[in-house]
Amino acid sequence: MSVLINKNSRILVQGITGKIGSFHAEDMIRYGSPVVGGVTPGKGGTEVHGKPVFDTVKQAVEATGADTTIVFVPPPFAADSIMEAADAGIKVCVCITDGIPAQDMMRVKRYMRRYKADSRMRLLGPNCAGVITPGEALVGIMPGHIYLPGRIGIVGRSGTLGYEAASQLKAVGLGISTSVGIGGDPINGCSHRDVLELFENDPDTDAVIMIGEIGGPQEAEAGQYARDHMTKPVCAYIAGLSAPKGRKMGHAGAIVSAFGESAAEKVEILKACGVTIVPTPSEFAPTVQKMLADRGLLAAAAE
Amino acid sequence: MDIHEYQAKEILAKFGVPIPKGGLAYSPEQAAYRAREIGGSVWVVKAQVHTGGRGKAGGVKVCKTENEVEEAADRMLGRKLVTHQTGPAGKMVGRLYVEGGVNIAKELYLGFVLDRSEQRVMVIASTEGGMEIEEVAAATPEKIVRMPVEPAVGMQAFQAREIAFALGIPANAVTEASQLILRAYRAFRDKDGTMLEINPLVLTHEGHLVALDAKMSFDDNALFRHADISELRDKSQEDPRETQAADRGLSYVGLEGDVGCIVNGAGLAMATMDMILLAGGAPANFLDIGGGATPERVAKAFRLVTQDGNVKCVLVNIFAGINRCDWVAQGVVKAVEMTNLKLPLVVRLAGTNVELGQQILRESGINVITADTLAEAAEKSVAAAKSVAAKAAA
Repeated sequence: MSVLINKNSRILVQGITGKIGSFHAEDMIRYGSPVVGGVTPGKGGTEVHGKPVFDTVKQAVEATGADTTIVFVPPPFAADSIMEAADAGIKVCVCITDGIPAQDMMRVKRYMRRYKADSRMRLLGPNCAGVITPGEALVGIMPGHIYLPGRIGIVGRSGTLGYEAASQLKAVGLGISTSVGIGGDPINGCSHRDVLELFENDPDTDAVIMIGEIGGPQEAEAGQYARDHMTKPVCAYIAGLSAPKGRKMGHAGAIVSAFGESAAEKVEILKACGVTIVPTPSEFAPTVQKMLADRGLLAAAAE
Repeated sequence: MDIHEYQAKEILAKFGVPIPKGGLAYSPEQAAYRAREIGGSVWVVKAQVHTGGRGKAGGVKVCKTENEVEEAADRMLGRKLVTHQTGPAGKMVGRLYVEGGVNIAKELYLGFVLDRSEQRVMVIASTEGGMEIEEVAAATPEKIVRMPVEPAVGMQAFQAREIAFALGIPANAVTEASQLILRAYRAFRDKDGTMLEINPLVLTHEGHLVALDAKMSFDDNALFRHADISELRDKSQEDPRETQAADRGLSYVGLEGDVGCIVNGAGLAMATMDMILLAGGAPANFLDIGGGATPERVAKAFRLVTQDGNVKCVLVNIFAGINRCDWVAQGVVKAVEMTNLKLPLVVRLAGTNVELGQQILRESGINVITADTLAEAAEKSVAAAKSVAAKAAA
C-alpha cells in the first residue's frame, strides 16, 4: 500500500503534446508508471510515446478509465485544466505548473467543493514536483532512482529539498512509502495536514517527514493534527531560518507576513506539538533513524 | 508587485472610489503649481516611495501656503527616505504627490488581503484608522472586523453594509460607504491584487467618505493579464540586483552576508542559506536558478552573485535530477571560464551521475573546492570566506 498513487493508478498527462509534458511523460513511462493517455485540446486522435491523446479529459476518462492526472499546462490555462479534471471524475490531480494566479486557485478550490467529500478530487500543488510511490508509480518530475521503496512517508513544499531528504534516507538504507509534494504556492490543494492524515491511515507507513518552509499557517495546523490525531511519529524541517521578514524567497508562498510564519516560530509551534525537529537540512537521515530506533521500529523500516 | 500611492488612487478612482484632489510633482516648482491648481488653503505634500511609515520619517508634510509646499518639496525630492520598513538603506524619493486638505471627522481602516488560512479574499476593517493594523490587532483585536469573501459569487452588498455599520458610519452615509467598499473590492479582484489598504479611510465633516491614503500590491503571477499594471512598475524602488535578476528570469534576494549562493530550487536554496548560518557564516543572497541548470543560467548566476562587493566566496549547491551532474559540472566549468571568477568556489553536486560530475570538476583545472554533503559545503564556504576576509584585513 501507499497513499494517493500506486501500480494500479491509471494516469493521464494533461498537456502531453507540449515540450515539458512530453519530456516528463516519457520519463514517467520509463519509470514504469501506468500512464494510459494524454489530453491536449485539438490533438485528439494522435499518439505520444505510444499513448492515445484525447481532446477532453472526459473523453480520456471514458476511453481509458483514468483516475489520476498530472497537469503540465501553462499558467494562464492551468486552473481551467484542473477544474476540467475535477468535473471528469478524476480522483487525484498533480499540478506541476508554477505561476498560476492566486485568485484562479481560489476559484479552483471553490469549484472542487461542488463534489461530495468522498468523491472529491484531491489536488497536489500547484508548483510542486509531484508524487512518487517508489517501485510502483511516479506522477511528477523528480528523479525516480533516488527513492528506495520503504515505510517512511514524506510530505513537502519544495522539490529539490525533498530530493535531498530522500537521497539521505537511501544512503542509510531507508525507503519511502510515498513522497508527496504539495507545492510552494500560497493557495494550494492538499495541505500538510491533509497528507499527514493520509499517512496516519496508511498501514504501510511507519513514520513521516514533513518538509515545510516560511509563510502561511499550514505547518502549524499540521503540528496540531499530529498532536491530537496521530499515533505515528512525525519529524519536520522548516526551511528559511535566515530569511528576512516580508521578502518572498522564490516560492510565491514563501514569505513571512504574519506572526507564526517565520521558521523559528514554526519550529517552536511544532516542538510544542511533540513533533521531532530535524535540526539542519543535513540531518534528515539520522533524525529519522533515531526517531524509529526510540520506538523499536528501525529494524522493520530498514528491511 | 508594489505601486505608489498616487497610482493606487488612480486605480481606485477608476472604480469609483472617491479620492481627494491631487497631482503629481517632480520638482518643487511643479509642486507649488499643483497646489495652485488644486486650490484651497491647505495641502499635503507626500513622498512617493514603496514603503509604509512615511509620516513619522518626514515623508508627509501639511502646508498652509504655496511657499511651504515648495519648501517641503525641495526638502524631500532626491533624498532617501528611511522608515522603519525600508531598513537603513532607505528609498529614493523621485516624485511627490500634492493633495488638497480634507476636513477629517473620523479616521477608519479598510483592507483586502489574500487570506491563506481561509484560502479566500478577506476584508479587514477597523474603527482605528491611521494606525498600523498589526498594532491594532495586537492591542485591541476586538476593534477589527474580518469578513471572508465567497470566491464563487464575490463580495455581496449586505457584507459591505455590515462592515459600514460595524465601523459606526452615520445612517445617512451608509449607502455611500457600502458602495465605496464594494468598489474597492472590485478594484482588488479585477486587477488581481494581493493587498489593498486604505488607511485612513476618512469620514469628512461634510459626511462624505474619502480614501486619504492607499497602498496596493499585485499578484506577480497574474501580471500577464494586466499590461496596465505591469506598466506601473518603478524600478528605482527596487534593489537593482533583484531587478536585474528578475529581468533574466532568476529568483534573487539580496542579503547582508558574504557567502554568495547559487542553488536549484527555492526550498533547497533556503536550506543552503540556513546551513551557512548554522556553520557560523552569513549568506549574501537567496538565488534559485530553477530546474534546468544550463551553462548559460549558471554563468548568469555567477555574474549576478559576484556583482555584490560583499561576496568573498561562492557556493554552488545543485541537486541534479533529470539534469545529470556531469552536465551541470560542465556548465559550472564553462561559467567559471566565461566569468573569470577570482573568488574561492565551493561546489556540492548531488543526484544523478554525481561521481562523473565530480570527476569533471577535478580534471577541469579550475580552482574549485568540492563537497559531498550540504553540511560540508557550508563549512568549507564559510571557512573560505573567512580566510579571504582575513587576507583582506592583513
